[in-house]
Amino acid sequence: MVLRVNGTTYELDLPPEVSLLDALREHLGLTGTKKGCDQGACGACTVLADGERINACLALAVQYADREITTIEGVDDPLQAAFVRNDGLQCGYCTSGQICSAVAMLAEFKDGAPSAVTDGEPVELTDEEIRERMSGNLCRCGAYNGVVDAIREVAE
Amino acid sequence: MRTFVYVSAPDVPTAIQAVTTPGAKFLGGGTNLVDLMRQDIEHPTTVVDITRLPLSEVRAYENGVRIGALVRNSHLAAHPVIRSSYPLLSQAILHGASAQLRNMATVGGNLMQRTRCLYFYDTTAACNKRQPGSGCDALDGFNRNHAVLGTTDTCIASHPSDMCVALAALDATVEVESTRGVRRIPVTEFHRLPGDTPHVETALAPDELITAVDVPALPFAATCRYRKVRDRASYAFALVSVAAALQVVDGVVADVRLALGGVAAKPWRAYVAEELLRGAPATVETFRRAAEAELAPAVGRGHNDFKIELARRTIVATLGGLA
Repeated sequence: MVLRVNGTTYELDLPPEVSLLDALREHLGLTGTKKGCDQGACGACTVLADGERINACLALAVQYADREITTIEGVDDPLQAAFVRNDGLQCGYCTSGQICSAVAMLAEFKDGAPSAVTDGEPVELTDEEIRERMSGNLCRCGAYNGVVDAIREVAE
Repeated sequence: MRTFVYVSAPDVPTAIQAVTTPGAKFLGGGTNLVDLMRQDIEHPTTVVDITRLPLSEVRAYENGVRIGALVRNSHLAAHPVIRSSYPLLSQAILHGASAQLRNMATVGGNLMQRTRCLYFYDTTAACNKRQPGSGCDALDGFNRNHAVLGTTDTCIASHPSDMCVALAALDATVEVESTRGVRRIPVTEFHRLPGDTPHVETALAPDELITAVDVPALPFAATCRYRKVRDRASYAFALVSVAAALQVVDGVVADVRLALGGVAAKPWRAYVAEELLRGAPATVETFRRAAEAELAPAVGRGHNDFKIELARRTIVATLGGLA
């Protein structure tokens, strides 16, 4: 199969049961994307497919052969420095997923996508909105306040 | 994960032909099936990937909307037609899962996700759903999240979907296709109660493909609310959820749509409550009577007893907010 990741095209010979997460980590050496729960519950494996955030652990690599995948290795965004400045991490294991997720989340908000806490049109990215929209990324260190601060800073 | 033969179907005829192979299953967004395959609970020998089928359109008609089975949950929730004319559906979807999962999950896959509980996932536990005839460890186990309506001693798992609760309230219809032709199934009859065969969860035959969901227009759709009660503020299954649309004229309930989530093996359309509500004064007293009648047959199993009163109160609060 052919996978396009961070602008590079890779030819891989993988059985169909290999997840996109394992393809990235074990076969392409792109270990920035993390394996947390491996069951779609934690968000550590968040990557972008054509700019949309997905859980790479629940994606079969073969299903994403015609998509443009972006991992943390391909992200160059003000969010990265903002996470450092605002203590948006402690151990750092969830961080690459948090940042990929936040990149897509800000794009979704800009596109006018609603969330469960949006009343009418989504006009202001309040802390409540950020927390709801980022709820698919868990942080066991509990650095959530720093994560919210970092995202708010970049959004402003 | 066990290996399998992978087939990517370019069109519907190829897909419905490919799935007639014994042991074959359709794969959509994968958010439930891939997880269950990794846990060795599902083990298809052939996987027919349907994500490239041309079924991703949302088309509005004068009297309703047709939603392609492969429309992603996030796209449906954000679609202008759904937000303006079917806000109950948009709200329900946004209350389910996470943004990442909603980007992957399809409408058909949301309908087809397994009714499941922790004992279903635990391959060392007895589960009539995973292994018919083996028993149900949830009956006397940790059953806080389990169903209180329509259960039997074979299974008390609850259906986890939020989207389907709104579709049940809105009288949606599921269109399915197989090599035998096309048929339509009301969404309220799509999911089955456990009975003696809890492993049979839907009215769909193994070789039938969901192609679309039709939702009829509802004149009072704007007066609606999807209210979800759960253990954390976001990204958790419902303990109880209520999908409601209410029309009040001169202080009297002219019409109502009401469905519950988290309380049964299927999205629970509250027909008993609706019948009592229509024509009655739109008061808290009426709402309480209707909620009590709907929950009258509910049976708790210990840890989930609280859901019965929680469901009553959530119905009353949700209708009260719309009246």
